[in-house]
Amino acid sequence: MKVDLDIRIHPLTRVEGHGNLLVRVMNGRLEEARWDIVETPRFFEVMLKGKHYTSAPILTARICGICSIGHALASARATERAFGVEIPEAAARLRLLAKHGETLQSHILHLLFLAAPDFLGLPSVLPLVKEAPATVALAARLKGLANKLCDVVAGRTTHPVSIQVGGMAVFPDRTALGALRDELAAGAGDLEAVAALFKTFEIPAFSRDTEFVSLKGDGDYPWIGGDLVSSDGVNRTEGEYLKMTNEFVDARNTSKLCRLSRESYAVGALARWNNNHHFLHPEALRTADDLELRPGCRNPFKNNLAQLVECVHVVHESVRLIDELLAVPLGTSTMAEVTPRAGEGVGAVEVPRGILYHHYTYGADGRVLRANCVIPTTQNNLNIQHDLKALVEKFAAEGAGDARMELFCSMLVRAYDPCISCSVH
Amino acid sequence: MRYLNIGARHPRVGVFDFTDCEGCQLQLANKEETLVAFLQAVEVVNFREIATDASDDYEIAFVEGAISRSDEVERLKKIRERAGVLVALGSCACFGGVNRMKNAFDLDEANAEVYGGTPKETLPVRSVKEVVPVDLEIPGCPVSKDEVERIVRHLVLEVPFSFHAYPVCVECKQRFTTCLMERGQLCLGLITRAGCEAPCPAGGLGCWGCRGPAEAPNYEEFFALAKERGFGEAEINERLGFFGGFEGIKVGEAR
Repeated sequence: MKVDLDIRIHPLTRVEGHGNLLVRVMNGRLEEARWDIVETPRFFEVMLKGKHYTSAPILTARICGICSIGHALASARATERAFGVEIPEAAARLRLLAKHGETLQSHILHLLFLAAPDFLGLPSVLPLVKEAPATVALAARLKGLANKLCDVVAGRTTHPVSIQVGGMAVFPDRTALGALRDELAAGAGDLEAVAALFKTFEIPAFSRDTEFVSLKGDGDYPWIGGDLVSSDGVNRTEGEYLKMTNEFVDARNTSKLCRLSRESYAVGALARWNNNHHFLHPEALRTADDLELRPGCRNPFKNNLAQLVECVHVVHESVRLIDELLAVPLGTSTMAEVTPRAGEGVGAVEVPRGILYHHYTYGADGRVLRANCVIPTTQNNLNIQHDLKALVEKFAAEGAGDARMELFCSMLVRAYDPCISCSVH
Repeated sequence: MRYLNIGARHPRVGVFDFTDCEGCQLQLANKEETLVAFLQAVEVVNFREIATDASDDYEIAFVEGAISRSDEVERLKKIRERAGVLVALGSCACFGGVNRMKNAFDLDEANAEVYGGTPKETLPVRSVKEVVPVDLEIPGCPVSKDEVERIVRHLVLEVPFSFHAYPVCVECKQRFTTCLMERGQLCLGLITRAGCEAPCPAGGLGCWGCRGPAEAPNYEEFFALAKERGFGEAEINERLGFFGGFEGIKVGEAR
C-alpha cells in the first residue's frame, strides 16, 4: 500500500522543552521529515560574562531543571581546572554520589513518567493514578529515593547548593546517609520490578548505524572528567572537546547542531553503554542481559533500556560510595583552598542525556571573560533528524498510517529523552 | 476530600512554560509522598511536559518562565483570556529570574556572540506581570513544593493565602543553621522573603535572594552590615541582580 502522510506536531509533548515534528509522505515516498528546535534562547554564555567564579555553578545550574546537578558539576570542574585546584577525595566521592542521584532521578522520570505511557497506549501517566496505582507508587518511590539522595548530598535536587568551586560545602548528615543506604538496597528490588515491566514493552524494530560519543572508561564506568572517545575511533582529551563537538548554527533551529566523523553522532545512555558497558556493575550487566540489550546496539529506542541498566548500576554504586563515605573520619575537609588566576579550563561530565562540556576563560580577578557550554541534546538533535528520516522511510514502506507513524516518530524523539531548554540555553 | 460535610471542588488546572529551565513544573511532580493526593486535589487538563492530551478549558493556569519572544507574548495573552486565575510559578515568571541578567547586555552583540551570523529572535526579558495581569505569584528558584501545596490547598478551598512577611533569616534560626555571614559568606537571607525553609544556607550556600524581598526590608542596615564584613559593592550588586527580585535595588557606588 502506497501511503500519504501529513503529520505536524507543534510542539511535541512529554519531553523537556519545545520541539516540532513534521512528517510528509506522498505515495509511500518520504518528502520531508523534520525535528525543529523552536525553544526560546536564553543566552547563558553571555550572562556568564563578568560574573565572579563563585556565581558560575549557581547560574549554570539554571540551564536545566532536570540535570542541574550535572551542570553545577561541569561548571565547578571547568573553574577548578582553570585555577589548578584539586578537590579533596571525600568531595570527589560526594560529587559522584550526587551525580548518581541525579542520573536515577532523571532516568526514572523519563522512563516511567514520560516514555512508559507510549508503550501502555496512554496519553500520560495521569490515568495510571486510578488504573494502576501500584505502578505509580513504584515510580514515585524510586523518584522519591533519587530526590532524597540528591537532597541529602547536594542540599537540593533541583539547583543544588553544596556543589561549589573547590569541592562540596558540607559533609552530609551521617544518619541520613546511613538511612539512604538501606533505602537504596530496597530500591534495587523496585528496579527489578521496573525491568520486568519494560520486558513486556514492544520496542520498535528499527536501527541505524551512527557514531557514539562519550567519556572513555578507565577502570570504571565514567561519569565525571577524563578522556573522550567515539565509536568511530576518535580519541581526544577533555580539553580538546571542540574537536569532538564541531558546533554550527543553522537557520531553522534555535539549538546549535554538532557532528564528528559522519553526518551526525549520538550521546547518552546508549552511547555510554556501547562505549563502556564492560565497566558496569555485575547486577547492571545482568539486567542488560535480561532485557536483551547487547553491546554495539544501533536501535535508538533501546536508549530506554540503557537508561534502566544505568539505574541499576548507580543504585549499587551508591551503596558502595555511602559505605566509603561513612568510613571517612569526622572533620575531614570537603573543600580545597581556591585562588583565582587567569586561564581557562574545561569540565566534561556524563549527565543523564549524554556528555556535557563547560569551558570558561578567566581573568586574574576570578571573573569570567568567555564561556561556552555544549549540551548533550544539542549534540543529539542532528542525529534525531537523521534517525527520523530513516524511520519514516522504513515504516512508510511498510504501509504505516498517520496514527502509527505519529506514535513511532514521537517515541523516537522521546527515546533520546531530549532536554530542549538545555540544548538552546 | 470532604470537611464538615462540604466537598471541595477539583479545579481544572493547566501548566504552561516559557523562557526557563522547566525546573518549577518538575517540582509539581516531586514530593512523592503526597503526589497522588496532590494530583487528585486538582484536575490537570493541560501539562505539555507530562501529558499528550490537552484541553483549553481550565480555571487555573500555572505559568512558568519569563517572556522573551513575540510568540510567547501571544501565547501568554491567550492563556490569560482562558484562565480565571493566573498564577506566576517561580522566579522567572515572577521577576524574569536569572534570564533578566541578559538585559544588561546589547542584544545584537549577545546574538552575534552565541549565533554568529545567524541571529535568533529575542526580546528584552520581562516577567509575566509585565505582560498580562497576574492573580498570584509564587517565587523561588525553584519553587518549594511544600509552599505550592499550601497555596493549591487555599485555591481549592477558596481561602485567601498570605506569604510570610519575615525574611529567610528567621527560617535559618528555626532549623538551627549556623549563620553563613558568621562563616564568612555573603547571604541575602536578611532581606529575602521566607517560605522556602532556607535550604541553601543549610547546604553551605548563602542566600542568593531568589524569592525577592521580604516585607519592608532594611536595605541600608543590610548594606552597612555586609560592607562591615568586607563584602565589596560589586559582589553585593551581582547578588542582588541575580534573580530579578531586587530589581532597582543597588548598594551605592559612593562611599
